[in-house]
Amino acid sequence: MTTAAVTDTAGVPLDVVSPAERRRYARIVSILSVAGLLQLWMWVATSPGDFTFLVQPQTVDHNKIDISADGPTLGLICLLVTAVVLALFAVAPTLRDRSPGISRTLQYGPLFVALMILTGLAFIIGFCVWAYSGQTLDPPLPMTNPLEGTLKFATPLTLGALAGAMCERAGVINIAIEGQFLVGAFFAAVVATIAGSAYVGLLGGIVAGVALAALLAMFAIRYLVNQIVVGVVLVVFAGGTTGFLLDQIPDDKIVDLNNPPILEPIDIPGLSSLPIVGDSVFAQNFLVYLMFISVPLAWFLLFRTRWGLRVRAVGEHPRAADTVGIKVKGRRWQAVLVGGVFAGLGGAFYTVGSTGAFDKDASAGTGFIALAALIMGRWHPVGAFFAALFFGFVSQMQTQLQILQKIPTELLSMTPYLATVIAVAGLLGGAAKPPAADGEPYVKE
Amino acid sequence: MSDPSTATDRPETPPEGRPSAAALVQSWLPSIKLTFLSIVLALAVGAVLIIVSNDDVLSKFNYFFQAPGDSLSAAVRAVGDTYWALLQGAFGSQEAISSTLERAAPLMVAGLGVTLAFRVGLFNIGAQGQLIMGAICAAYVGFTWDLPVGIHLIVSVLAGLIGGAVWGGVVGLLKAKTGAHEVIVTIMLNYVALSILRWLLTLNAFQVPGSNDPKSPVVDSSARFPDLLGIHTGVYVGFLAAIGVWWLLSRSTIGFEMRAVGANPDAARTAGINISKAYILVMLLAGMLAGLAGVEQVNGHEDPLTDGIAGSLGFDAITVALLGRGTPLGTVLAAILFGALDSGGRQMQAATGTPLDLTTVLQALIVLFVAAPALVRGVFRIHDREEGETVLAKGWS
Repeated sequence: MTTAAVTDTAGVPLDVVSPAERRRYARIVSILSVAGLLQLWMWVATSPGDFTFLVQPQTVDHNKIDISADGPTLGLICLLVTAVVLALFAVAPTLRDRSPGISRTLQYGPLFVALMILTGLAFIIGFCVWAYSGQTLDPPLPMTNPLEGTLKFATPLTLGALAGAMCERAGVINIAIEGQFLVGAFFAAVVATIAGSAYVGLLGGIVAGVALAALLAMFAIRYLVNQIVVGVVLVVFAGGTTGFLLDQIPDDKIVDLNNPPILEPIDIPGLSSLPIVGDSVFAQNFLVYLMFISVPLAWFLLFRTRWGLRVRAVGEHPRAADTVGIKVKGRRWQAVLVGGVFAGLGGAFYTVGSTGAFDKDASAGTGFIALAALIMGRWHPVGAFFAALFFGFVSQMQTQLQILQKIPTELLSMTPYLATVIAVAGLLGGAAKPPAADGEPYVKE
Repeated sequence: MSDPSTATDRPETPPEGRPSAAALVQSWLPSIKLTFLSIVLALAVGAVLIIVSNDDVLSKFNYFFQAPGDSLSAAVRAVGDTYWALLQGAFGSQEAISSTLERAAPLMVAGLGVTLAFRVGLFNIGAQGQLIMGAICAAYVGFTWDLPVGIHLIVSVLAGLIGGAVWGGVVGLLKAKTGAHEVIVTIMLNYVALSILRWLLTLNAFQVPGSNDPKSPVVDSSARFPDLLGIHTGVYVGFLAAIGVWWLLSRSTIGFEMRAVGANPDAARTAGINISKAYILVMLLAGMLAGLAGVEQVNGHEDPLTDGIAGSLGFDAITVALLGRGTPLGTVLAAILFGALDSGGRQMQAATGTPLDLTTVLQALIVLFVAAPALVRGVFRIHDREEGETVLAKGWS
């Protein structure tokens, strides 16, 4: 490396690249190279023909607008974008001599994030162009706007991840998000059926989510049980209890107990007639909007209030927090219970927010994807939201691409999980670091 | 909890010499008592579930104040019938016992894998994925290759062990080389394994010839575990594996090193123990044991490969290991208990209509109570001396 040449006035190396730094760099370049090569292959494999994008989600049939472009050309543009970014990163170390400022923003600042998002988009568009090319159908199927479905998948994931963020920022590991989803879904359905209102059902979901959170808090904080153990066991417990209760509802009472109304989509006046995003984003149900509000709310709670500061203090260094008079256990209890509200709402999505009646294992392991989103999002509400959006997009593409039978959707479905493994293995640059005291029970001395 | 010195204070690692049998039993008494009380407490909570969900009992409770005896006796009868059917189905006959043991075997070996990893300080939630990979490999060899009787079985079993070991080894490797937390990696790899299985089941090579269902053929008869005394020999292999794990942990040098790493990685590193090697090795072995559980299903239970091949075995294995408190013997006993609950639960469902999920609830509660001794002591108002709890993996980092 040429960087050692940069010295300060005393002649001491100022900007020596540490080995960790160099490895991170090598990882970024190699991941971009792999992405580029994949894209090159997809571009070569793209058959000639137009790629058509249908702006409206499939559920809407008014004013259909579609955008068409020549597939191979679009693929080439995306490939070039990736190539340029790769080239930028490849020459960045040599830039360090002449303009260290640019080199640094390229590696860490908003420019870095922007370039990564740009490459990601280019990769995704290139992928879609390839996936939709060479269809045997005539006319070929257009790609429908995946935004609506993405948001639907992402809503419970985000809410679950927010629950995780609340708990883990306070130092309590929450593996039981899946369990909270299950009880939330079940009780939301039952309460909504009895009350005859999906909105009242949400309250049922919240109460159930908070109740399971209270169990988690009791065992983790009061009885100091290993938090991963409690989490795993609570998932089993929630699955068993909801399954048991569901089986105990007699067939003739199903209509009275497990036949909830579902949340109707609400058009937001004005916004819902916007092009591209209108029908996808602003014609969703209440729970989706609630999710949109929850993300900044959770961020505000954790990072802009006195309460949040103390919660984070308790999660980073409980002993120090205790010394300055913060009640560690009390704060942890509060944070876990607040998390339960989010998780219960997330669970409610699987019944009153989508299909209605509760089925066994209604959330089907998505609680663990929410956990993955939390980790991918570096334990930050906004990061978790974007990770959830990404996972939601993958799930949505899985359902959309199923019809084409070009890619085995089973393989596509492992993307979120592999992405998470890659992230925690530190391959995406910068290790994902949890709050320092995450998972450590606190005993006052 | 955070005091690592208590972790090494285990019965089978006495400071000097070997304790007498009486001393051993003496040292185990508190934990036996606690486990027993936990089971009692779990059954009590289960009884509440049975009562509140039994229509007959509830209708009698409607006139509780007119005839309290009526409703109480109905409640006692409902609970008694359910638990009696459970017991009958678990140990009531020769078949019941065979069924219990055959159900316990995969739980036992997968649980041993989790236990082994616990002792090195790793929380292996990946038994599910490792089991799936083991089952895939064993089944593929079992129904595709054409080998003589005996050799076919051995090759199929070995394939299953390798499949599980690779899937577990990846976790150890990532932990050792990048510090990636094993809990996250194993959870994710469980789903990756399931996706791979689902994808394979769409291929003709993995389907029953002439069918398009996502279901494989059963392994050839030459690759099945033969029966011995009414139980397939895979069960005996499971017990042998348990003895092997016990020997490894308490009688071998490598086992000593593993326990040292589990008790205090920093101290172990200072003492010259290669921690990376311990992580990789233990995850290879844990994966192999979980793979053996997959083999039990495929070659012993003669299940075809479907996407439900692992059921909830991988997760139950964790609860079994937790209940077994990190010792091989404890894990074996816990697996037999869970096998009994599983086998008896089916009888219970058939005889009294109580859903099988009740046993899942019972299993979860037992483990929860065992993990929270303070709660159990509080409920039963006993004042034992605080015993050392095994320190399991703490936190994410």
